[in-house]
Amino acid sequence: MSSWIEIGTVDDIPPLGSRVVRTPVGDIAIFRAARDTIFALDDRCPHKGGPISEGIVHGEQVTCPLHNQIIDLKSGAFASGECGQSRTHPVKVENGVISIALDVSQMAAAE
Amino acid sequence: MTEDMIMTRKKLVVIGNGMAGMRTVEEILDRDAEKFAVTVFGAEPRENYNRIMLSPVLSGEKNYEDIVINDQQWYAQNAITLYSGEDVIAIDRQAHCVKTSAGRTMPYDALIIATGSSPFMIKVPGTDLDGVTTFRDMDDVERMADAARSHQNAVVIGGGLLGLEAAYGLRQRGMEVTVLHLMDTLMERQLDEAGGYLLRRELENRGIRVITQADTAALIGKSRVEAVRLKDGREIPADLVVMAVGIVPNAALARDCGLTVERGIVVDDHMTTSDPDVFAVGECVQHRGQTYGLVAPLYEMGKALADRLCRGDEPGDAGPGYQGSVTSTKLKVSGVDLFSAGDFNGGDACEDIVLRDAARGVYKRIVLKDGKIAGAVLYGDAGDGSWYFQMLKEGADVSEIRDTLIFGPEFSAGENADPNAAVAALGMDAEICGCNGVSKGDIVGAIIEHGLESVEDVRAKTKASGSCGSCAGLVESLLAHTLGDAFVAGPALKPICPCTTHTHDDVRHLIRLHNLKSIPAVMQALEWKSPNGCAACRPALNYYLLCDWPGEYTDDNQSRFVNERLHANIQKDGTYSVVPRMWGGVTTAKELRAIADVVDKFAIPSVKLTGGQRIDLFGIPKEQLPAIWTDLNKAGMVSGHAYGKALRTVKTCVGNTWCRFGTQDAMDLGIQLEKLSWGSWTPHKFKMAVSGCPRNCAEATIKDFAVISVDSGFELYVGGNGGITVRVTDLLCKVATSDDVLEYCAAFMQLYREQARYLERTAPWIERVGIGYVKAEIVDDEAGRKALAERFLRSQKIAQNDPWAQHAGADTPEFQPLKLVG
Repeated sequence: MSSWIEIGTVDDIPPLGSRVVRTPVGDIAIFRAARDTIFALDDRCPHKGGPISEGIVHGEQVTCPLHNQIIDLKSGAFASGECGQSRTHPVKVENGVISIALDVSQMAAAE
Repeated sequence: MTEDMIMTRKKLVVIGNGMAGMRTVEEILDRDAEKFAVTVFGAEPRENYNRIMLSPVLSGEKNYEDIVINDQQWYAQNAITLYSGEDVIAIDRQAHCVKTSAGRTMPYDALIIATGSSPFMIKVPGTDLDGVTTFRDMDDVERMADAARSHQNAVVIGGGLLGLEAAYGLRQRGMEVTVLHLMDTLMERQLDEAGGYLLRRELENRGIRVITQADTAALIGKSRVEAVRLKDGREIPADLVVMAVGIVPNAALARDCGLTVERGIVVDDHMTTSDPDVFAVGECVQHRGQTYGLVAPLYEMGKALADRLCRGDEPGDAGPGYQGSVTSTKLKVSGVDLFSAGDFNGGDACEDIVLRDAARGVYKRIVLKDGKIAGAVLYGDAGDGSWYFQMLKEGADVSEIRDTLIFGPEFSAGENADPNAAVAALGMDAEICGCNGVSKGDIVGAIIEHGLESVEDVRAKTKASGSCGSCAGLVESLLAHTLGDAFVAGPALKPICPCTTHTHDDVRHLIRLHNLKSIPAVMQALEWKSPNGCAACRPALNYYLLCDWPGEYTDDNQSRFVNERLHANIQKDGTYSVVPRMWGGVTTAKELRAIADVVDKFAIPSVKLTGGQRIDLFGIPKEQLPAIWTDLNKAGMVSGHAYGKALRTVKTCVGNTWCRFGTQDAMDLGIQLEKLSWGSWTPHKFKMAVSGCPRNCAEATIKDFAVISVDSGFELYVGGNGGITVRVTDLLCKVATSDDVLEYCAAFMQLYREQARYLERTAPWIERVGIGYVKAEIVDDEAGRKALAERFLRSQKIAQNDPWAQHAGADTPEFQPLKLVG
């Protein structure tokens, strides 16, 4: 079962930047891409687990800081088409407040 | 038509004599001129005028008479009773009547509320002073025009559509105008960063000062306003302050009589409020959660309401009603061609098509979503705006014409962006080859006069690109531009990345030649193909701008690789390593103790000595970085920049202080060199070493800049590298004193900073340009050397701030998680 959790405001994230939300199921990177579009993905590059939250954001992609893999923020997949995917999470923004949907049962299991 | 006939008609009362109300009445008359006896109450003592044309009235391009929509005669001809300057103060829904400020009671069968909106006043002290106004009606325009006659300084608060039109109008009337805008870019709701930048540049060219990120704290003055104070303490002189920060729907009347009101008066698709006999249109309404402040939606609402009132007695007769509006924007500033429509803030991934034409000052961006146009920004050439807008509103599938969409409906095959545009746009006196002082005019002239066909020809005739060679790309562009189709291109030079057609060298030259001082400026002038670059070009541009405009350019953190953003080295597990600076590789018990204490206190798992004679602390989580820096700072240690494309370390041997073979004080000279050069940003990392004798214990001859001491002075070497491809340094020259060493070092670093390509170490750079070139610039040309050293020192004055100290102790949010869940 998923539930919406408020995590902060759009202004908390620098434009073309990212911040991390720490959860029992791992760190989730919240990106503020071009046009203030917000994305939420597991903060793990599918290549070697790099913290993609620390990558350079361009358009709706991020370049992982460890080995320059480019990840599409919408799908979590490599832009190159290689296999591998960072899990994405539903996001909504209302009046500048960002909420993400997390699977609560999974979280309980993780605790 | 007799009085009696009119008396038998249904009574329609309209509150509000503005654009929405009167457009609705016009639509009703079109459908059925005899259905209603219409009575209109208007708070302003005027006839119905076109509020959106107030801007041209303010700027003096139109008169009030030009913008009147319906004069007194129109009301008379259509048997409309107008009470202007008479406020409706209450609605009695039970008795079906309204009460006015003149004590009148007017019954209605149907009531339309069209009260519009009011400007929003920010809540700061001083808004009640004389000289503070909004920009909403003719009274405001007259107030501003009066101020322009007798006063000098105007401040407009709000850099949106209305604020900028006010600023332009006041500037046209001769005032000194400053626009204060809270956000980073102007009109951020309609424009992206690139469009905002172009608009700002245009307004600044017209003498309007723009301050972004300007948060107003107070308006200051005794009786009349004298200045605006910002939260950062700045004060801007102001005899007139125009508040243009937004609007709020006028819904008090509706709220007081118990209608459902949220942000605006809530209406359904047929503009019906929560009372079936009461309707509302315009800026006072909230429809499907939206409120509107532009004119097109008001007209569409008026049509829907007229359908409902004239045809809608039976359910289903009133048509589909109002479906909400996709809005578009044009800025009414003469000579500024700007169009914006649709959604730039959508939650789903979109695709961007970007076209930039620097020569014509054009920027176009179309946002596609699922094969349809979701939004468009056009700047400089907005002629195709309505074409895009039509397809946007229709939700037309544009996948078929995707490739040529950006060129507009007139596109013919073969037409494309000109990669030589940035060179074409340069003036004839622009200096293309800085080394040999050759201008664009010299080169173009030589091409034409001597029939030159290649870069080599141009080099032979004019010397352009004959020294460092970095302007070869520009010379080639000039050949292509001058010769047109006759030009046969040489092997293609590699652009920085797929975002651009330009090489690193071209970009460096053009930044200086076009005086480009921000990343959006570069992207526009050089016709970048992506909206905000990529991880390859943005850090390069950030470095080039930082290098060329010290003190003027603001470092863009988001264009920096993580290590430089967090001032620490990211490791394979996502932790960081920290290296405190140890000047010349010399340390003390106090420093070592402080490092040991930090290792204990933060349970740092691993400590390692580096090849550059420093201590590296490994396995540190990001959150702990500021606290560790605080402790190291307290012991007098600063950032070692082990993470940066910057001066890394100066490695030394003990020199003649201890060594029986030493000829000079290598440790002291190493410390002096490091104090001179630390904090400087370079195209790639930059390492130095000082050896006290030719035995070279500091392994100096594989460094970027090396000093080998001898009895009679110092031998200077450059361009060494200990990496994958080991390269031994080249001898630059021999100098006599340690002061000479410092001057040559500063000059060499600056030459490298100004000329090398981003991520090019000194070794490949020197292989490319030749040690002869470097010698000519640094050794043979004394004045040139001194000028380079002077530029280096000037840049260092700004660069030498310890980045750790800026974060140490402060609770910088960037280092902490946004939130902890569960």
